[in-house]
Amino acid sequence: MALFTIGKKKKQDEERVIPPSALKVAFQEIFRSKTTTVAFCTIVFILLFTFVGSLFLKSSQVTEMHILESYAGWGENGHIFGTDNGGRDIFKLLIMGGRNSIMIGLMVTLLCEVVGLVVGLVSGYFGGAIDNIIMRIVDFIQILPQMPILIVLVTVVPNYNAMTLVLLISMFGWTTEARYYRSFVLSQRERDYVLASKTSGSSNAKIMFREVLPNIASMIIIDVVLSVSGNIGIETGLSFIGYGLPPKTPSLGTLIGYANDPVNIIDRPWLWLPATIMLLIICLSINYVGQALQKAGDARQREN
Amino acid sequence: MWKTILKRVLIMIPQLILLSMIVFILAKMMPGDPFTGLINPNSSQATINHLKHVYGLDDPVPVQYLRWVKNLLHGDFGQSYIQHVSVSSLIADRAQNTFWLSLLSTLLLYGIAIPMGIAAGKHEGEWQDRAISIFNYVTYAIPGFVFYLLGLWLFGFTLGWFPISGTVSANASGFWGVFWSRLDHMILPAILYAIIATTGTVQYLRTGIIDNKVEDYVKTARSKGVPEKVVFNKHILRNSFLPIAAFLGNTITGLLGGSMIIETVFSFPGMGKLFLDSIAQRDYTTLTALIMIYGTLTLLGNLLSDIIMSLVDPRIRVK
Repeated sequence: MALFTIGKKKKQDEERVIPPSALKVAFQEIFRSKTTTVAFCTIVFILLFTFVGSLFLKSSQVTEMHILESYAGWGENGHIFGTDNGGRDIFKLLIMGGRNSIMIGLMVTLLCEVVGLVVGLVSGYFGGAIDNIIMRIVDFIQILPQMPILIVLVTVVPNYNAMTLVLLISMFGWTTEARYYRSFVLSQRERDYVLASKTSGSSNAKIMFREVLPNIASMIIIDVVLSVSGNIGIETGLSFIGYGLPPKTPSLGTLIGYANDPVNIIDRPWLWLPATIMLLIICLSINYVGQALQKAGDARQREN
Repeated sequence: MWKTILKRVLIMIPQLILLSMIVFILAKMMPGDPFTGLINPNSSQATINHLKHVYGLDDPVPVQYLRWVKNLLHGDFGQSYIQHVSVSSLIADRAQNTFWLSLLSTLLLYGIAIPMGIAAGKHEGEWQDRAISIFNYVTYAIPGFVFYLLGLWLFGFTLGWFPISGTVSANASGFWGVFWSRLDHMILPAILYAIIATTGTVQYLRTGIIDNKVEDYVKTARSKGVPEKVVFNKHILRNSFLPIAAFLGNTITGLLGGSMIIETVFSFPGMGKLFLDSIAQRDYTTLTALIMIYGTLTLLGNLLSDIIMSLVDPRIRVK
């Protein structure tokens, strides 16, 4: 009995202290309008289609060559979207490629967000010399020509695989996030709650991660959603010109890249059109949700 | 004023040195040696060593770096081992094509984006604004290469309105013939390029107009009886152009540097295409020169943006 009441009291305490979590607010925002709900459901559907679908496929089977079946058209020989030059089934490549491209987008985003957040928090919170040094490094990385250097690195790195690609793209990507979060932390630094926490003797780490971080949580969610789509774009773009995922790993970009051949673009639309449409749907729906969240976030900020 | 610019130019020096080091290290990291195309299996080790010696590739790395920088400063990018011509002449040809494409794209970009931004800001919340915000959302969300590809497929291949590749037709003759043929080849990539790049400009202009509309100085002008047209054109618009002016430099270099994908899609023989060809052939003198040029252009773009900003906005100079 006593245990029960303690538990309950603790729960009430938490409810009083913690405002509705940023994630919950985001979901409320998504389901408020019909179009955003549709966009969100499309994202969930594509995630299920590619991630669950690829559970039933073996990557070695999908990328295996069947020369006799090369360039089968729409629906020929049981291939819904036909086959490519190596007789590989486009529908299966689409599932695996979709999963790979989304995975890369998610992983790059995760890495960039974590690094960017920590760097942004440290830089914005401490300011002074630390901020100066970090921001000069960020400046320098941002003036580097990203695409050419990425392409050279892709050809140079030994044992190149999907993970290396994630690291390479993130190497440039974190700077944008660091800059973005730094500016928010700068605006929080002189707020009363930070100053109060400082005078009561909280450690810097605690103020940064337990107090400032929750206050920018909604910014993080918005940024994550919008970055995922951008990062999928970078990976597919690189794969499109042939310097993204290695040839054995299907990607939406590689599939769309078939259109670089004038014969394919006109006579064999099944090679590249499904992947193009899928990528369009992915990017449009993720961005729609992201921008809806952003608008809501901006409106809330103005109210404060 | 001049102090700000001088300070800004001085910052560029260490950046350029660092950039050149990174480019050089990248070049050294590239696999194989540049003679892969020249030698056959019968070439003896002695021949290869001789070639390396002739091109100075057996010197210590710092010596090679300093020699490379010295040559760069003299405008000598070295010889392309693959194409057997000087890299400068190789790039000059292609850079011209990219330059004209970027120029046309920039003109179209501002030609499209500025009226749209003004319309959206002026009619905030009305149908014009809503239509433009949908346009903005779509152009922002779609990855560039998908947009170019669909454009090429629809207008180039299916409808046949525009040429699908190259810069000039073989049978074009005379100054105007060549001129029109060039323009004809550039118009589709330039329009697609411009449309994808409009988002930022439209957005900044729109927000600028909306924010400035309610500022005190605008209210003062109105209450003094300044005609609405003058208030809008002279007061609101001028201030809303500030952020766009600031991004001018970056926009131009962004177009120059981001040409790789559009040139691939349209088989347009510009710098971006040259870069991709060189990497496929491991032509690394050309590659290093191109990365160096891209990097320098980005630096110059930033410099240009900062200078424009300090020209149009006196508050920055005071700092």
